Amino acid sequence: MRDIAVVAFTQRQEASIPHESEVEFMVPLMDEAKKTVGLTQQDMGFTCSGSSDFLAGQAFSFVMTIDGTGPVPPISESHVEMDGAWALYEAWVKLQIGDIDTAFVYSYGRSSPGSLRDVLATQMDPYYVAPLWPDAFAVEALRARLLLESGKVDERRLAEIASRSRTHAVDNPHAVRRTPKSVDDILAEPFAADPLRPSDLPASADGGAVLILAAGDRARELCDRPVWIRGIDHRIDAHSLGVRDLTRVESAEIAAHHAGVADDRIDFAELHAPFTTSEALLVDALGLGGDTVINPSGGALAAHTMMASGLIRIGEAATRIADGQGDRAVAHASSGPCLQQNLVCVLEGE
Amino acid sequence: MSEAVLKAPLVLEYPFTRTTGPVVGAFLTGLREQVVLGVRRSDGTVMCPPLEYDPADASPLDELVEVAPTGKVVTWTWNGTPRDQQPFDRPFAWAMIRLDGADTTMLHAVLVDGPEQMATGMRVAIQWREEREGHIRDIAGFVPADNAGPEDSAASTSGLATVNAAEPVQSVRTPIRIEYDYTPGAGLSAYLRAIKDKRILGDKCPVSGQVFVPPRGVSPVAGVRTTDLVELPDTGYIESFNITRVPIRGRDDLHPPYCSAWIVLDGASVGFIGLVSGVDADDVRIGMRVKAHWKPDDELEMSATNILWWEPTGEPDVPITDYEHVGRTDADTAGEAS
Repeated sequence: MRDIAVVAFTQRQEASIPHESEVEFMVPLMDEAKKTVGLTQQDMGFTCSGSSDFLAGQAFSFVMTIDGTGPVPPISESHVEMDGAWALYEAWVKLQIGDIDTAFVYSYGRSSPGSLRDVLATQMDPYYVAPLWPDAFAVEALRARLLLESGKVDERRLAEIASRSRTHAVDNPHAVRRTPKSVDDILAEPFAADPLRPSDLPASADGGAVLILAAGDRARELCDRPVWIRGIDHRIDAHSLGVRDLTRVESAEIAAHHAGVADDRIDFAELHAPFTTSEALLVDALGLGGDTVINPSGGALAAHTMMASGLIRIGEAATRIADGQGDRAVAHASSGPCLQQNLVCVLEGE
Repeated sequence: MSEAVLKAPLVLEYPFTRTTGPVVGAFLTGLREQVVLGVRRSDGTVMCPPLEYDPADASPLDELVEVAPTGKVVTWTWNGTPRDQQPFDRPFAWAMIRLDGADTTMLHAVLVDGPEQMATGMRVAIQWREEREGHIRDIAGFVPADNAGPEDSAASTSGLATVNAAEPVQSVRTPIRIEYDYTPGAGLSAYLRAIKDKRILGDKCPVSGQVFVPPRGVSPVAGVRTTDLVELPDTGYIESFNITRVPIRGRDDLHPPYCSAWIVLDGASVGFIGLVSGVDADDVRIGMRVKAHWKPDDELEMSATNILWWEPTGEPDVPITDYEHVGRTDADTAGEAS
């Protein structure tokens, strides 16, 4: 296996970005990431992106966004209709093959033109579930009641997660929900999707992220402290909610095992947990202990940019390691209803 | 950003019709006949609604078994503000329901007056829709059913025979409709505002000098934000064209034969598609000079449809001798020398 590192990361997240199209707001992020390491688009061995045209209802927005990379002369490029973390995975595989040394990864989502919780109904089973249009908050609320009534979590635990996310997000300029709130005040909130309260739900954002990968000595040339991907794996649970055990996340457990999460201590974890219930489940699934700081950025609760939140978790974790805030971290990305698909990535500083 | 954001309603609709196959089709046929079917999994348990494969080991499944139209709520949530296209237009509960005789759950709606009438473990029964077609929404929803009989009551076994004797459902209509407030971004917003005044804007690549119309706010060759908008004349030439001789459904305004052409405006580096009129289709030529025919002034809006068609100016054709470089400016070709 080749050593692959994160060498640059940029992001932008706001509650909504109404004045700019996707490609218009991605270009400055792409430029900034390239300038950080002194590379041009023509220096990139491979480019991979993640997005979904359903979010803004903009057909072929992903094709227009490729324009933003500066793709002339033609570049080697691919796209996934998934969170950018899976674009990163494809780039990582391409780097492992060995014929390239750098890869450019980006993803973005602008869900403010539509109603994300309704748009997400279209990812459900098309015969049995999607025709009923259950919105995404309701679907997670069904899991939340199972968790609460099984005794797996209690309301206070969920409120503690929400409160801690808000506190951590105060220092994150990219977070959109960054006002501190006490556990008791959160518990006093009326239900938004019974038994979930507003603070249990993700703060939806528009935005995107760009991340550059490099292999071996090339990574050492490009930055002072490359952040190495020591393990990465992704797994998927069944599509049908009715056949899954919703009180655990088996695909995340397996991905964490294969990524080697338990091989050494974890200083902090960036988990793509859109709901407080997601985080409670993921901490168990990844086997994270009490000495691991969870979501120092505030996580996806504080800013949830659909299709980019997972890639942002990897970028947030890498940035903190590069800054010396820790040496070993886990970053996680998810996709699909009730954490159906999970990617786990272990990062270490040079 | 002093100007207000342009917004327009955008509706995305897909009229999906999906084939159902033998297992999903049998389940939907059953719903039409008021019979609920599950399928036996590799481990002997029953999955309802049924899939044609076992999610645990991917083995193919085809042993259909009847389950009861009654069951119990495994988990639920309250939906106080029903949204478009959902099962009921008054508040209802979503629930995961395990039907009697099944080992997995299905997601559907439960119709009660308020959340205080919901509880995990409560017994519910299917409320059938009057008119059924073989669709998950043949189940209007579930209603509380204290008198629905005990959980272990054996389901009837005659239902399977009923389904087998019925005309099988082979496809299902699952249209989707999503509404957006479309916002066009900076480059296109400038273009739309200008075209309301019969002005055509393009944007100029600060690296190559190429002019792109309509403007996207970004140079598609250099990958940089464009800063200079340039106004282009409403004249240009035909770079290529096509004659359509068959009618298109939904476009009664187009009378075959008609001409669609790739129009390159004077000063632009790329073309865009437009209709050509005011000339017999058979007389359209590559290189022909054209001018925009605009809507009447009192009908102008922020839309590219302000240009109804392009018509010949009568000027001499643009001489085209080097087809490799049709439509390309000096700025385009300058880069090739390096």
